[in-house]
Amino acid sequence: MANKISDETIEYVGILAKLELSGQEKEDAKADMEKMLDYIDTLNELDTDGIEPMSHVFPVKNVFREDVVVNGDGSADTLANAPLEKDNSFKVPKTIG
Amino acid sequence: MDIMSLTAVELGKKIKAKEISVMDAVKASIEQIERVEKDVHSFVTIDKEGAMKRAEEVQKLIDDGTLTGPLAGVPVAIKDNMCTKDMLTTCSSKILGNFRPTFTAEAVLNLEKAGAVIIGKTNMDEFAMGSTTETSYFGATKNPWNLEHVPGGSSGGSCAAVAAEECPYALGSDTGGSIRQPSSFCGVVGIKPTYGTVSRYGLVAYGSSLDQIGPIAKDVTDCATILETIASYDAKDSTSIAREKYDFASALVDDVKGMKIGIPRSYFGDGLDAEVKENILHAVKVLEEKGAIVEEFDLDLVKYAIPAYYVIASAEASSNLARFDGVKYGYRTEEYEGLHNMYKKTRSEGFGPEVKRRIMLGSFVLSSGYYDAYYLKALRTKALIKKEFDQAFEKYDVIVAPASPTTAPEIGKSLSDPIKMYLGDIYTISVNLAGLPGITIPVGKDSKGLPVGMQLIGNCFEENKIIRAAYTFEQTKMYERPEIAKEAR
Repeated sequence: MANKISDETIEYVGILAKLELSGQEKEDAKADMEKMLDYIDTLNELDTDGIEPMSHVFPVKNVFREDVVVNGDGSADTLANAPLEKDNSFKVPKTIG
Repeated sequence: MDIMSLTAVELGKKIKAKEISVMDAVKASIEQIERVEKDVHSFVTIDKEGAMKRAEEVQKLIDDGTLTGPLAGVPVAIKDNMCTKDMLTTCSSKILGNFRPTFTAEAVLNLEKAGAVIIGKTNMDEFAMGSTTETSYFGATKNPWNLEHVPGGSSGGSCAAVAAEECPYALGSDTGGSIRQPSSFCGVVGIKPTYGTVSRYGLVAYGSSLDQIGPIAKDVTDCATILETIASYDAKDSTSIAREKYDFASALVDDVKGMKIGIPRSYFGDGLDAEVKENILHAVKVLEEKGAIVEEFDLDLVKYAIPAYYVIASAEASSNLARFDGVKYGYRTEEYEGLHNMYKKTRSEGFGPEVKRRIMLGSFVLSSGYYDAYYLKALRTKALIKKEFDQAFEKYDVIVAPASPTTAPEIGKSLSDPIKMYLGDIYTISVNLAGLPGITIPVGKDSKGLPVGMQLIGNCFEENKIIRAAYTFEQTKMYERPEIAKEAR
């Protein structure tokens, strides 16, 4: 069955993805996503009842360690990459009034 | 002597024997880069001064006996998604165009400890999303065999740099075929190791459950030697695996007597270019003549690997790439109103179309209401694919496959139809889903003179079987160099 992506859905995906799309980009994204989902729907031919979803191929478990600082203070180096900084901190637009 | 025609291990031996100095090796590499780079464009960053300074340091450590390994003093190029301290690491994206990491990726650190000299960072598809190296923000890399064709991707810069002899070897990363497919297109050798073998610490994440770093070089001996150097258990990567053995070079044996090789019928049916098929089946015949037992079998779930992959990889990418927000590093948009507008504008201006496409698909399949139908369905499919490979490896030591349905396409012919481009990954993607090791070696050329690669797939932790089979075939065929590498230096 052909998938149909509504304006609302593409708007919502834009919010989730934190992307601002132009009118044309939205139309292109809708068409691309419809095609991809039609293709992905071929997975429905496959009977996966009773199959556990496999997130990792090997058994993985949480790896714990003592919370000990092993690196030094790298704040100056880290901040050197900041687009904007102020008073040894990352500077961002005002978020609370 | 033509230094750049040597393999990494041959060059390492001559450096050790004091026939060639580290500085001579670095200079030869830089001269070749300066000669061909305008045509091939393998690199995003070339660190001439850093490499020459490092050459002096490494030479001292070799002279005083501190560095004795096979790669000491040999120049290397690193794919631009591996962090290198103080050296630009862009992922070929505008959003990381000015990013200088404060640390070095573990795999690169392992090379440095062995005396490697980093010559530069190689071009790639933006965030490793692509199969042609055309999605790079910094422009496409060209195939050294024919500059009108793509080198493959996403590690296209690394493979082109090795083929054009700009460096003796390089590191790449492979999420869905990104080492094996461009190695095939460029006529070089590349290994994607078992998941967890090489630390991902410092590799900018795309699809974390699929990503692996691996070597790209002119021959199997180099690749086994490099893999031995970069592989390590690393507590900083929670999916790193402490393996019992890391002695990959011990598998460099010219013998496949009794080795069981499986040929999946579905890999050699419709959709595979006739010349690619012919070249690979000829190589299989060579292995059979050397004593391997070859048999056809069915691997039916392969066609579901691509849709499952694009759901899983996009889902992981949408999460992994959420960190690029214009706050801590990289690009930030010029004008904005408030925080959210800053995030959105930064990301919309900083990412290219293919990256946006995958972030949106990933956000969609993870969103409430679609998670079970798409994401969990893909993970269940992955479980079935893994099981099918497990069953195949009960019967076979090695599975033979193409690396791509065709040889390298022309530049500009792939990006307009994303699904068609994704279908090109059919022979490589299931290997990532199942966590298996794979190697691509050149086996011939098509009538256009473009290289054809053969992929050998092994069971988890059985790199040594595919290395042995690849090495055995390699003994029957001379390494071929593109004209651009041969031209007088």
